Amino acid sequence: MPLPYLPNTEADRKAMLRDIGVDSVDELFRDIPEEFRNPEFSLPPALSELELKKEFGRMADSNASLDGYYACFLGAGSYRHFIPSVIDHIIGRSEFYTAYTPYQAEVSQGTLQSVYEYQSLISELTGMEVSNAGMYDGSTSTAEAALMACAITNRNKVAVVPGVNPTYREVLDTYCRGRSLPLVTVESDSGDLPADCACLIVQQPNFFGHFEPLESYVQKAHDAGTLVIAIVDPISLGMYKPPGEYGVDIVVGEGQPLGIPMSLGGPYLGLFACRKEYVRRMPGRIIGKTVDVDGNPGYVMTLVTREQYIRRERATSNICTSESLMALAAAVYLAALGKTGLRQVAELCYHKAHYAAAAIEKLKGYSLAFPQPFFKEFAVRCPIPPSRINEALLEDKIVGGLDISHMVDNAMLLCVTEVNTKQEIDSLVKRLGEF
Amino acid sequence: MNPKEYKYTKDHEWLCPEPGNKGKMGLANYAQTQLGDIVFLDLPAPGTQVEQFKKMGEVESVKAVSDLFSPAGGKVLEINQSAVDEPKLVNEDPYGAGWLVRLELSDPSELDALMNIDKYDKYEAEASA
Repeated sequence: MPLPYLPNTEADRKAMLRDIGVDSVDELFRDIPEEFRNPEFSLPPALSELELKKEFGRMADSNASLDGYYACFLGAGSYRHFIPSVIDHIIGRSEFYTAYTPYQAEVSQGTLQSVYEYQSLISELTGMEVSNAGMYDGSTSTAEAALMACAITNRNKVAVVPGVNPTYREVLDTYCRGRSLPLVTVESDSGDLPADCACLIVQQPNFFGHFEPLESYVQKAHDAGTLVIAIVDPISLGMYKPPGEYGVDIVVGEGQPLGIPMSLGGPYLGLFACRKEYVRRMPGRIIGKTVDVDGNPGYVMTLVTREQYIRRERATSNICTSESLMALAAAVYLAALGKTGLRQVAELCYHKAHYAAAAIEKLKGYSLAFPQPFFKEFAVRCPIPPSRINEALLEDKIVGGLDISHMVDNAMLLCVTEVNTKQEIDSLVKRLGEF
Repeated sequence: MNPKEYKYTKDHEWLCPEPGNKGKMGLANYAQTQLGDIVFLDLPAPGTQVEQFKKMGEVESVKAVSDLFSPAGGKVLEINQSAVDEPKLVNEDPYGAGWLVRLELSDPSELDALMNIDKYDKYEAEASA
């Protein structure tokens, strides 16, 4: 069969087959049992490119795209924020368009500088001394931070407060199980911490959207020689005190809210920052600023001697790459918004979420599940199962909150950001009042 | 020149026995040459129990991070803070000012497993060849 994009002619193919001593291409596949080799697929006849594009376009139209007419109140770890168009323009430039950090500093100064800028922005945002070049996502950053804390403290127990995102908890469980590290849940901030914990992991604001008593957690943990890992929402840091000011040791978080689309769960960006004294235990890579022989500033990868491609199985971490392109998106986002812009985004989220919460709370049969202060997410107890509410909302082109009735009775977790208009919120409230 | 009263390991560490079952250890000249400029030392805290030939720390140079193994089992009495503050001491004077850890030896007979100067000189020559 002639294949339009393969340059080999029939004669080339025959020559190659002769060289390796087989008669036909089919013979190359003889290790695959006969019955699986050429299965019959019930496929429609082949289409031209034009026809195919039309067909796929028609299928895509049946998606409930958030860029279309849907109002979205779903968050729980992946957030819909406005993405300024400058981001796509910059990250789409061919000089930048790679997922990897280049190894050759002498031909990659621009990319290296952009990663350095990203690190500086994240350090400032989190109030920490150093940041790495980015990891896969919030959950893997969290798990890597736990391993790092074990290495620093020479302890092996990992403690988590209940408000940590359950999917992060699952990733932590996977990491800890492989290394036989006990993973324990600390039930509340009133009691004592279990003895000999390497770290205490706190999400701020937590999975349910409200604030944890981080200060008292830090105090208690440090008294016990335990490090504190804070999982943060970077947008919240536009208006709240950064974790560094609470004395937190390692800060991690999902970087997706910083100019990266939700896009079905990835690619995302793991934020990772810590105190300088721990920099040699930090996973991932770091770009440093230095000077060349003439005293001109330059950027290089630093502390690479601890990475996997050099240290093999004794590396600080098995993550030997970064999410450079997503880190660049986050850096451009932060630079485009600036301090004031980020604060405005945070405040809009806060005020719109509180407007929505106040209105929903007034509805008959609804109540806020938690009394604590919250940022842009809040859990609401509903009069009927949230799954039924969500089904009905979807018909009105509203994506409802996450059904968390397995965690809190009849509750859904709603998220409101700056992209939700007053009209959207009002129609959500109106519709909820009809159940 | 490798000091003749010292004992050596295959990982190019030295141990200098001291009275009262104690001993100082450090990196042999060959090790510091191979590593290049040393930039960071991660040494065990005093009081730590260590085992012979088991990892007790890390030595980081501009080229690589290497594990530091203990030439003998026992308890860490003291670490060389001057070398921690200024790791290039290990390059400049590996057998003197660049020592790393002072140990209280739990079993002096373990020293029999180390090489004396004659054996080590030969071992080093083979490694360099």
